[in-house]
Parts: sequence; structure tokens; C-alpha cells
Amino acid sequence: MRKKGNLLSLIPYYIWILLFVIAPILLVAYYSLLDLHGHFTIENYKNFFTSVYLKMTLSSFWYAFLITLFSLLVSYPAAYFITKLKHKQLWLILIIIPSWINLLLKTYAFIGIFGNKGPINAFVQAIGLPKQQILFTDIAFVFVAVYIFIPFMILPIFNALDKLNPALIDASRDLGASKFTTLRRVVIPLTMNGIKSGIQAVFIPSLSLFMITRLIAGNRVITLGTAIEEQFLVTQNWGMGSTIAVFLIIFMLIIMLFTGEKRKGAVRNGKTK
Amino acid sequence: MKALVRATIGILLVSGVLMYIAHAMDTTSGKSGKNILTVYNWGEYIDPALLKKFEKETGIHVVYETFDSNEAMMTKIEQGGTNYDIAVPSEYTIEQMKERHLLKKIDHSKVPNLKNIEPDFLNLDFDKDNQYSIPYFWGTVGIVYNTKMIKNHNFESWDELWDPSLKGKVILVDSAREVMGVGLNSMGKSLNSTDSHELQAATNKLIKMAPNVKAVIGDEVTQLMINGDAEVALTWSGQAADMMYENEDLTYSVPKEGSNLWFDNMVIPKTSKNIDGAHKFINFMLDPKVAAQNADYVGYSTPNRAALKLLDPEVVNDERYYPPKEVRNKLHVYKNLGKQKIGEYNEQFLKFKMSIR
Amino acid sequence: MEKLSKKSKLYLAFVFVVLYAPILFLVFYSFNSGDSMTNFKSFTLSHYKDVFNDSRLIVILINTVVVALLSALISTIIGTLGSIGIIAIRNRKLRNMVLSLNNILIVSPDVIIGASFLILFTMVGVKLGFTSVLLSHAAFSIPIVVLMVLPKLQEMNSSLIDAALDLGASRRDVLTRVILPYIKPGIFAGFFMALTYSLDDFAVTFFVTGNGFSTLSVEIYSMARAGVSLTVNAISGIVFFVTLILVLGYYFISNHQSRTGAQK
Repeated sequence: MRKKGNLLSLIPYYIWILLFVIAPILLVAYYSLLDLHGHFTIENYKNFFTSVYLKMTLSSFWYAFLITLFSLLVSYPAAYFITKLKHKQLWLILIIIPSWINLLLKTYAFIGIFGNKGPINAFVQAIGLPKQQILFTDIAFVFVAVYIFIPFMILPIFNALDKLNPALIDASRDLGASKFTTLRRVVIPLTMNGIKSGIQAVFIPSLSLFMITRLIAGNRVITLGTAIEEQFLVTQNWGMGSTIAVFLIIFMLIIMLFTGEKRKGAVRNGKTK
Repeated sequence: MKALVRATIGILLVSGVLMYIAHAMDTTSGKSGKNILTVYNWGEYIDPALLKKFEKETGIHVVYETFDSNEAMMTKIEQGGTNYDIAVPSEYTIEQMKERHLLKKIDHSKVPNLKNIEPDFLNLDFDKDNQYSIPYFWGTVGIVYNTKMIKNHNFESWDELWDPSLKGKVILVDSAREVMGVGLNSMGKSLNSTDSHELQAATNKLIKMAPNVKAVIGDEVTQLMINGDAEVALTWSGQAADMMYENEDLTYSVPKEGSNLWFDNMVIPKTSKNIDGAHKFINFMLDPKVAAQNADYVGYSTPNRAALKLLDPEVVNDERYYPPKEVRNKLHVYKNLGKQKIGEYNEQFLKFKMSIR
Repeated sequence: MEKLSKKSKLYLAFVFVVLYAPILFLVFYSFNSGDSMTNFKSFTLSHYKDVFNDSRLIVILINTVVVALLSALISTIIGTLGSIGIIAIRNRKLRNMVLSLNNILIVSPDVIIGASFLILFTMVGVKLGFTSVLLSHAAFSIPIVVLMVLPKLQEMNSSLIDAALDLGASRRDVLTRVILPYIKPGIFAGFFMALTYSLDDFAVTFFVTGNGFSTLSVEIYSMARAGVSLTVNAISGIVFFVTLILVLGYYFISNHQSRTGAQK
């Protein structure tokens, strides 16, 4: 009885999955089997296994990895310190607010900031160094991507840290554990769910980043998302675009397997008996 | 729980109030469908004052909507669910839209101002007799460069882009036909080539240019060139005009081997519900005074012969904006090469882009 | 509570400076009498005047905000209920499958979502415009809500619920008095992330919108060819400061109330 009640709350969610997830997937799968003239073919799949697309896949994963790593490195301490602040909820919202300003506009601002006459180069010159080419470099690309994803990483980690019982940390310290050991053995394991959820919210969309690959990286970085975008909008080859999307979905499922729950029943202790 | 309920009610209230305000401000609501004309154009591609003037003269209310790429616009019109009365696609898209039966024929008797258009720009291959489209703006593809930073080149030839002195300085536009066109034109081939060997050769030649390439981007190039953040860029004449207006050190050159001639034309999509109004709008935009005012605002080259007389002579006589006939003869309009060939152009272009590292 | 060291305060300050730098850059140039985000010529308020004279732009702004608020609300409700349901699925394989389906929209590039939603809406016959945009935004925000709410549910102790039930609480009471208060931070996080998704979206909105309905993002993207006008900077600046004032005001008022309330 109890169980049934809980599952009832899934009805709108299942309707959503059916209409907005499964229906589009079927559509994408169908299109991936069509060539330019609308005939059935598996040519698109063969095409994916050529050097161009394999190289692209590898580089997408590499950059998504870098972006996730740096987002985590920046966000974890930031989230941790925010939990210690007096008005922590307010500070948290202040982390999110910048993401409400249009991304394209902020990207243009970054182009200006990184530019030859921008504030960074003004600073570089002020300390006596020659002007640097910042735009269209890997560093600029990863920086802006991390910038975009920071709120998505901080939020779940903050929520996990915030509920952490301070008594546990005190206990660990009282038992003679160093600050570092406490962090490694107590704090991080207990906030693992938040970290995982942050990684999922950053790594997965990183694979399909576009726009800033062109604006900030000048197409020196081409991700799978950029390729799909081009196949759909420029080339008008929906078949190939859909094929890349199918692979993207497969990659996502694999990632889910790795970041998914490992311990049996970790979730189940929710409320079913 | 209380906080959640309160937040929900708060959001609903705020949304309701805002929607009411928007409704009150939105002048289009409440007017009959017959008197509305929906114009689908590129952003910032018309002088808004002209829309007001058109509304005043005809009593037709204009709803102005914008798109950012030909392909996206075509997808929207093809899929339906909208009723755009006027759209402004580029010439190669017009050909595709014709093929897919997305356009309505234009009744020339309702567009007397067509006589103002330069005859050279009428009856072109992509739309014989201008059955479906009327020129709006036109231009070329060429090289814009900063004369303060680049002193030993004037880009009379495409081959200068390969010069080792330009290492990491060249910006290309993120568009397959334009970049492949550079490769093809530089080898003396047609930019409408359908020969796979020629395309492969063009790509191989382009890959040799890769060390010179700083980035492959879109419209952002305008800002970079104005800023002095980039030295050389492949771009369209209209954008080059924008850049030169802002930065005097910039100049524009169309290499002598030849290049592309492009058009943005007004069309009436098949989804139109106000065909009469659409004709009125087209005719209105072809009025010399209107066309001149629009060209002055947008900064692109107008195909309107009568309007040229009303524009600043300095602009009209500038060969960078209005190249003379001898130069124009070397320019070619893109032909629709068919999906298969266009696909090949795109695959080759992607191969080239992946070689930039 | 331990105090933050100087170093960690400096670190936080640095993060905030970086987060707000591009926005301050935008706002700075909204006062530029030139017409681009380069070469500051002289100070002017003309771009702000333009905002208030352009009723079309204001309507678009309102549309953007309304769609963001309502879609975030819908997706938060469906997403939260969904998460509670997902937790209740006992079969581990099924649960993982549902979670994987959940994440598909996060990984799908916007154009694909936009194009497939457009096909979907035209097939079903939903009129393109406010409704289709609202539905789409709610649809692509649901997964992020689930991602934010789920960890809170996972760490919830089942004994808490059992205790409540043993004490005679009804199922409804358990939901409203035990589960929801516990996962509230996750719900708010999900709501805010959904807002972010909605406000930032361009591609999906572009495809599923119809005549006479546009959002700020669509407007900004389509300006790219001729250069984004500084009016957009001005409007973003206004939005930014209004949001900031609302958030700060709300926070301190509610804080003040709860404090005085506690004293009574």
C-alpha cells in the first residue's frame, strides 16, 4: 500500500519521460538510419568510425574531463567555505545569480576581457610582460567552461556539506585525526553523493558543449556537441547528426554506470520496507 | 512545507502580474489577423523606423521576428506552425526553399518599384525572372585586414593567405562554402566545383594553411577586428563595412582570382496569411528613399539603383562597397550543388578544421 | 562554528570576483556612448533610455521571466515527485534505467532537443508560442531538478520515516512534514538550476516558438550577425541589479522577520 502510494507520484514523471525523452530518442534513432536523401542506410554509423569522428570523440572526453576536474577543484573548497559563512544561503544564491545573465552576452564579455586591449592584457603589460594571446587557447576555453559549470558543481556539494553533522568532524579530530585525514576519511566520503551529482551535472553536458567552442576556442576544439550542431543547422545532414547523438547517449549511459550507486541498498533505505 | 507553498504562490502571483503587464503592452494582441504582417529577418537587419513608417502608411501592423541562420529559418518554415509573411534568406537557401516548395510566387504587377533595382542583380540563376525573390542587400566575400599590423600584403591574391609571415594571424569564417571557395579560387577553380578530386586538392591546400589560422569563427569576428585583436579575416563585405566604419585601420580586398557574390532577397513563404500585405511590404522596401535610409542604417550594399543617388557619394563610389562591373564579372553566385555535393563540401571542411591544432 | 581563515576568505572573494567580472564588464559598457563593447568613448545613459522606449524589448523580457519562473516551477514539482518515486522503485535495474532516461536530455545537444520537440509539437498539434515554449523549458529542466533532489533523498534516513509512521502519521503527513522539509534545500537548488537552464536556453526556444513570441536569448542570438546592441547590455544590467536587490531585500526581510518572530 505504502509503496503504491509513492509510485503514484511517478505518473507525471513517467508521462514526461514518455513524451519528451522516449519519443525524441525514437525520432533520433530513426533519423540516424537515414541518408541525405531519406533512404535507409547504416552508412552514418560506419562514418562515425572514421578517424575524424574518433579523434573528435577522444578530444571531447579529454576536455570534458579537464572541465569537470577543474570545476570540482574550484567548487569543493568554495562550497566548503560557504557552509561556514554566516549568511550561507544568501552567499549560495549569489553564486547562482551570474548564471541568469544570458550566456552569449557573457561570452562576448569574455572575448573583450581576454582581448588585446582587455583588462587582463592591460595587467600583463603593467607588470612588464609582453601581450599574450589568450583568446582561442585551450586555457581560455577550459576557463570559460569551468566558469559556466561552477554553480552546477557547487550546489549539490554545498547541500551535501551543509547537512554534514559537525559532531562527526569534532569526533574525528578528537580521536587525533589530522585535518587532512578528517577531510579524506570523513568529510569527502560523506559528501560523495553530492560530488557524484555535481560530476554528472558537469561532465555529461561538457561533452555536448557548443558555441563557446567556436567563440572562445575558435573551433580549435571541436566537441561532439559542436559537430551535431553543425550537422543539424549548417550541413542539414540530420542523419549524421542523429548518429553522433546516439553515440553521445551511449557514452552517457556508460558514464552513469560508473558514477551510479555502488553499494547495494544505498538508495533503498529511502522508505520502502 | 510552508515555505514551499509560499514560494509556489509567490511565483504564480508574480507571473500572473507580469503576464498582465505584457499583455497590456503588447500592441499586437487584439488586432485582427488580416492586418498583421509578420516579417522574419536577421537581427538588426532593418531600420526599425522604417517599420513604423510602413505601419503608418498602410495601417498594417508589423510583427518583426528574427533568426540567426538560413538553415534554422528554413527548418522553422518547413515544419509549419508559424505564419511568416516575409523572410529574407540568402540566395542558396532560396534555391533550396524553391525545391521544397516553401515559397509563393511574387506578383510583379503589385511591385512596381522593382524598376528601381539594378538589372544586373535581377534574373539570376538561383531565381530566374525573380519569380520568388526580390533583392534586399548584396555583397562579396573577401579579406579584411588591419593595415597597421599587416604592412607587406594587400591581398590581391588568395595565395597571400598562405604566406608564412601570417602565422597564427588568419581568421576564417565558420562556413564550408566560403572556406572551400578560398581553396578552390586560389587554384583557379570554380567555387561551384563538383569534381571530388578538385575538392580534395583544395582541402589539401587549405590544410597547408592551418598553421596560419588563428580561429574559425562566425559573426564575432566583427568585434575582434574592430578591437585590433585579429590581423586578417575572411569575411563578407557587409560585415567588413561594419568593421571599417568602426576602425579606420581596416580595409577590405576581393582577390583578383575571383570570389563569391551573395544576395539576401525578400521572399514570401508558403505559410504567409497576408500575401497582399507582403507585396505591399516588398514594394515599400524598394522605394528609393526607403532603400537608401535602410542601406544607411544597416551599412550593407543596396541593389537599388535609384537609392544610390540618395546615398553619400563617398560610400557609393567606394569600390570596396560597390565594386565596378569588371570586378563583379569575376564574382560568382553559389549554385545549389545538391545535397550530396554540399555534404562533401562539409565533410572536407570538417577535415580541414580538425587539422587546426 | 569555526571561523574562516584569511586564506579561505581570500579564496572565496576570488571566486566571486571571477563570477561577477563578465557581468560588471557588460554593465560598464552599457554606459558607453559608442555602440560596441570596445573602446569606451564617454558616459551616457542613452542605452537605458532606449530600453524604456522599446516596448517590444520589454515584452520580450517579461516573456523570458514568466517562462523561466513557470517552467522552473512545473519542472520542480514534477521532478521532485519523480525523485520521490524513483527512490521508491525497489528493482535496482529498473531504477537505473529510469535514471539513465532522466539524464538523456542533459546530454542531448540543444538543437536535437529543439528539433525533435518541434516535430513532436507540430505532430500533436500544439500551437507554437507561449505554451510550447513553456512545456519545452519545463521538459528540459526536469532532469536537473532530479539530479539536485535525489542526493538529499538518498541520504535521508529511513528510520525517520518509520518513526513517523510508527507514531501514527498518515502517508500524507510523512510527505509534507518529514520528507519535503528534509529535502527542501535540494528542491530549491533544483528550482534555481531550472531557472538557469530556462534563462540560458536559445536553441530549443528558437525551434519551438511561434509567431509573436520571443525570449531574450533568441533576440540576442539573432543580433549576432550585425553585432549585439548595447541596449541589450543595458537591459541585462537592469535585470541583474533588480534581481540582486530583490534577493538581498527578500533575504534580509525574511531573516529579520524570523528573528523578531523568534523573540516573541
